[in-house]
Amino acid sequence: MSEPRMIYLDNNATTPTDPRVVEAMLPFFYQNPGNAASRNHPFGWTAEDAVDKARQQIADLISVDSKEIIFTSGATESDNLAIKGVFEMYARKGNHIITAKTEHKAVLDACAKVEKMGGEVTYLDVDDTGRIKLADLENAITDKTILVSIMWANNETGTIQPMEEIGAICEKHGVLLMSDATQAVGKIPVDPKKVGVHLMAFTGHKMYGPKGVGVLFVNRKNPRVKVTAQMDGGGHERGMRSGTLNVPGIVGMGKAAEIAKAEMAEDAARLSALRDKLETQLKARLEEVYINGSSEHRMPHVTNLSFKHVEGEGLMMTFNQNLAVSSGSACTSASLEPSYVLVALGLGDDLAHSSIRFSLGRFNNEEDIDLTVDALVEGVTHMRNLSPIWEMYKEGVDIDAIEWASH
Amino acid sequence: MAYSKKVLDHFKNPKNVGTLNKEDQNVGTGLVGAPECGDVMRLQIEVDPQTNMIKDAKFKTFGCGSAIASSSLATEWLKGKTVDQALAIDNMEIVEELALPPVKIHCSVLAEDAIKSAIKDYQEKNNLEVTVKMEEH
Repeated sequence: MSEPRMIYLDNNATTPTDPRVVEAMLPFFYQNPGNAASRNHPFGWTAEDAVDKARQQIADLISVDSKEIIFTSGATESDNLAIKGVFEMYARKGNHIITAKTEHKAVLDACAKVEKMGGEVTYLDVDDTGRIKLADLENAITDKTILVSIMWANNETGTIQPMEEIGAICEKHGVLLMSDATQAVGKIPVDPKKVGVHLMAFTGHKMYGPKGVGVLFVNRKNPRVKVTAQMDGGGHERGMRSGTLNVPGIVGMGKAAEIAKAEMAEDAARLSALRDKLETQLKARLEEVYINGSSEHRMPHVTNLSFKHVEGEGLMMTFNQNLAVSSGSACTSASLEPSYVLVALGLGDDLAHSSIRFSLGRFNNEEDIDLTVDALVEGVTHMRNLSPIWEMYKEGVDIDAIEWASH
Repeated sequence: MAYSKKVLDHFKNPKNVGTLNKEDQNVGTGLVGAPECGDVMRLQIEVDPQTNMIKDAKFKTFGCGSAIASSSLATEWLKGKTVDQALAIDNMEIVEELALPPVKIHCSVLAEDAIKSAIKDYQEKNNLEVTVKMEEH
């Protein structure tokens, strides 16, 4: 018997490393072992040249100057460096930060830390598509506001924020704008300078590069932005991030950026057609399927669907031997809280528990989608046959009118 | 998190899925959990009033694999037991049998609640002494 085909539709968690990226990285493990900070021998020069090239490749992808690229270990570190670094650096100007409830935990937890350190944070609500309301943002800005941090695109729903309008508001009030663009860079055109983003975090492993390397873009001119280093050491990366550079990782991320720049448009068109097919087929073959997030302002490769009266984690178990997706239902803690992102969109907890995120990537093809549709139809049918609330729904019982015992 | 083989077996081929007529005098129905908590179990028993023996048990569960396996196993255990024996089933026996990890213990608690709730419904319906003590969680 042949091995079952493995289908990976969890590219928002991490992408496979493109083989071309791996190939570019390999010489920097053994053949070229140098430390990019070793200024006095050819090993160091080779490493430094490779880092410079990668810095340029990444700068080209987001249309910034290569000097504005600060290498880190990943987007979580970049988010932390931006938020805590701005909070410390601009302490004399103010102590207020504005962000949104649907941000990644790296941003939310860094903001929580800022609050512990005496800062104030406003967490903006989002509308039912997951976008912030511009009026809310403008109303939240005070003379103490030093930073607005809004993600470019959401990891769970793929909803894209109105960055240009957000940038204009921040510009008007003279407030720095930071964006966690982890899910957007390399997938859609991202140009921080054009929209007025001054700090931007992203990572290699969401754009077919390696894990363990990320970037914080820090605007150098008009305004000149600085962040206080969060790690003490050799003063690398213009004093903002000490630590020996991860040369193979950086080379890989550079190569990934170069490929993304060349192939992004084609990938996006192909993946959005596949994503649309997935949605259309599932909605045609199953009842009560809902799209979560914005259909209009959305990443091309993502869809987040709720299959009513089916619990997401259980559903995944029907096919997770050979199909990888992710669910907004976290049935693993005592609280059993579903995804805070979906709850912030105003979804009922029941629909949030019924959600599955499909995130496509460069290496998926049409056969993957066809097999996924079949697996989902089979899985949802199995789970609905088992579901008492599906049975009640089919009998016309008003589920919301039942007084459920909480536990 | 990997599931145990027994959880997978019960999940893929659940035993006693279905619905008994809840209007039947000999049928007790327990409905526990809540959709917003991510799991709802409905467990039903049919009791022989002469022998006080559980003749049949059916379930339907909205929930994760462990919740489905816990309720499937519970119905298996209920059949052939007297009501008193059924009341003695402890959630930790389910945990042990299915090798549930700590984060899934609540699934077994819910199954125990469902058993008790079904028995309570049967006893109340037939004006019997209610011997079930429901614990608060």
